[in-house]
Amino acid sequence: MNLSIEQIQDTTVININEERLDAHNSSDLKLEVQRLYESGKKNLLIDMKDVRFIDSSGLGALVSGFKNATSNQGTLKLSSLQPQVKSMFELTRLHRVFEIFASAADAVKS
Amino acid sequence: MENRNIELDIKVPNHTKYLSLVGRIGEDIAKEIDRYLGDRESLAYQLNLVLTEAMTNAIKYAAQENSDEIVHILIHVGEHEVQIKIYDCGQGFDINDIPAPDFEKLEDRGRGIFLIKSLMDSVQYVKRKEGNVLEMVKKLH
Repeated sequence: MNLSIEQIQDTTVININEERLDAHNSSDLKLEVQRLYESGKKNLLIDMKDVRFIDSSGLGALVSGFKNATSNQGTLKLSSLQPQVKSMFELTRLHRVFEIFASAADAVKS
Repeated sequence: MENRNIELDIKVPNHTKYLSLVGRIGEDIAKEIDRYLGDRESLAYQLNLVLTEAMTNAIKYAAQENSDEIVHILIHVGEHEVQIKIYDCGQGFDINDIPAPDFEKLEDRGRGIFLIKSLMDSVQYVKRKEGNVLEMVKKLH
């Protein structure tokens, strides 16, 4: 899976450079998030501006990351959700779980 | 009257790397149905999603030790509805036994069938001797 990671102030930003987050690649994201928390990172932001499709496996990988954040006393925020992707969060009520921001810059400032 | 039905018979290897190919077919179908008056972008996403979820299930429930298995998908686009059938030759499951997700609990899994049921007008899973089939219908109104 094509991910790029950058540090902006105290936030570690994971950019998903893929159009799809599905059962084929979501475990890569899950493992990367886990690795970052285990390496001592606390505040993660997943920016999804390139992601135009997410399935239940992709949502599951994000939920797994959220639980990882909680157990590591960290945070996991999301940014730049495309409208159809956002509708999947609403359908599964996950928009009430995650802090979702319009852009990575907004999330970092928060 | 012009026949505008479309019939697609798809066989792809039993591997998740083909999910995007099958999902894209769903999107392209939605874009072809010019008689559909609803939000075509949403229909495209929904067909992509249900095909992706159903194929993931078929891969999961199929005999995984047989890596040369195929997933067989039939798509029929009629005047008033899209019918999708996905066959698997695994042990199968009872779709009515799968509970809706508990929104208060944060589980990693268990949203796939919920999404399919939420987005399609009818969903049934039929176990047959020669294989199981997940049948989904989306009305085009």
